[in-house]
Amino acid sequence: MAEKINYKDVLFNPFSKNNPVVVQVLGICSVLAVTAKLAPAIVMGISVIAVLAFANVIISLLRNTIPTNIRIIVQLVVVAGLVVIVSQVLKAFAYDVSVQLSVFIGLIITNCILMGRLEAFAMGNKPWPAFLDGIGNGIGYTIILVITGFFRELLGSGTLLGYQIIPQWCYDHGYANNGLMILPPMALIVVACIIWVQRSYNKDLQEP
Amino acid sequence: MENFNLFIRSIFVDNMVFAYFLGMCSFLAVSKNVKTAFGLGVAVTFMLVITLPINYLLQNYVLKAGALTWLSPDYADVDLSFLSLIMFIAVIASMTQLVEMVVEKYSPSLYASLGIFLPLIAVNCAILGGSLFMQQRDFPSIVTAVCAGGGWGIGWLLAITAVAAIRERLATYSDIPKPLRGIGITFIVTALMGIAFMSFLGIKL
Repeated sequence: MAEKINYKDVLFNPFSKNNPVVVQVLGICSVLAVTAKLAPAIVMGISVIAVLAFANVIISLLRNTIPTNIRIIVQLVVVAGLVVIVSQVLKAFAYDVSVQLSVFIGLIITNCILMGRLEAFAMGNKPWPAFLDGIGNGIGYTIILVITGFFRELLGSGTLLGYQIIPQWCYDHGYANNGLMILPPMALIVVACIIWVQRSYNKDLQEP
Repeated sequence: MENFNLFIRSIFVDNMVFAYFLGMCSFLAVSKNVKTAFGLGVAVTFMLVITLPINYLLQNYVLKAGALTWLSPDYADVDLSFLSLIMFIAVIASMTQLVEMVVEKYSPSLYASLGIFLPLIAVNCAILGGSLFMQQRDFPSIVTAVCAGGGWGIGWLLAITAVAAIRERLATYSDIPKPLRGIGITFIVTALMGIAFMSFLGIKL
C-alpha cells in the first residue's frame, strides 16, 4: 500500500462516521434480536469485538495465500472456528446468557459485519491495522447495540440490567410499560431513530 | 397434512424476515427494486430447499448424540453437536459455490440476472438460521425439513418483494425528511410490516 494508513482513523472512524450498523448497514439481524434487554446486548457486543478482531488478524495473515476462488469458504471456516470457541466459553462461564442468545451466537458467523470487514479490509491490509479495524468496528457495533438495548429495556420493562429504574409511584399513578418495545419490530424503529439523529448531524451521509 | 401445515406456517407465522428478523442485511441492501429483489428471493428459496435436507441428514447421521451408531455400536456415546456450526456453514458455502457453477454452465441467462447475489447468499443469515432452527426443533423427517425450507424461502421471497414494491413507490411519491431517506425509512417500513405480520401469530395450524 502506497498511502500511509492513519491508525487513528482506522480505529475511530467506525464509531460514528463510518459506523458498521447505521452507515454500512451490516449486521442488522443480531441488533434486532438481542437488544430486548441490555445485558445480552453487552455480551453480544463483546463477543463480536473478540471474534471480529481475531478473524481480521487471521485473514490478514493468510491474505496472500488464499486463492480468490475459495476465499468465501476460507473466511467462513475461520470465523466459524472462532465463533465455536466463543460459544463454548459462554456456555462454561455465563450459561444463562448463552441460553438467551442461543441461535444468535451461532449467527455471528453469518453476521455480515464479519464478512464485510474481512472482504473490505482484512484481505488488503497488514495484521496490525486489520486488528485495529476489527476492534473499531466491533465497538461501533456495540455502541448501537447498547443504545438500542438501553431504550428498549428502559421503556419496555422499566428496568436496566435487571434493576428497577422506573419507581413504583409512577406505576401507581398510571404509568405502564410499553410492551411493544420488547417486540423485535421496535428495534428497527429505534435504530431508524438513531439513523435519523445521526444523519441530521452528519449531513454528508444523507441520501438524495 | 402435518407437513403442509408446517409449510403454510413457515410462510406466514414463522416468517423469516418479519417474525425472526433474519436475513436482514441483504434484505435491506437489495430491496431497492422489485426485479432484483425477486431474483434474490428465488435464489434464497432454492438454497433453503437444498441445504435444509442436507443439513438434516448431517445432523441425524453424523452430529447428534448417538447418531453414529449406524457405523458401529461403539460410537453410541459420541456427541459431535459442537461441530454443527462449522459443518452447516461449510455445507452452505460449498452448496452456494456449487449452485453458482451449475447455474453458470446450464443457464447463463439466469446467471446473468442473479449476478452478484448468488455468492452473497452464503452469508445470508436466513439460510444458516433455517438449519439452526431445524436442529433446535428436532424435525421428525426429511420431508418436514424440505417443507420448512420451502416455506421459509417463500416467506422471505414474499417479504422482500413486498418491501421492494413499497420502496419503489416511496421513492417517487413521498416527501420523506432528508435524514431518513434511503435506509432509515426502509427500517421503519419493515418494522411496520413486522407488526402487521404479528397478527398471524395467534393462528393455530
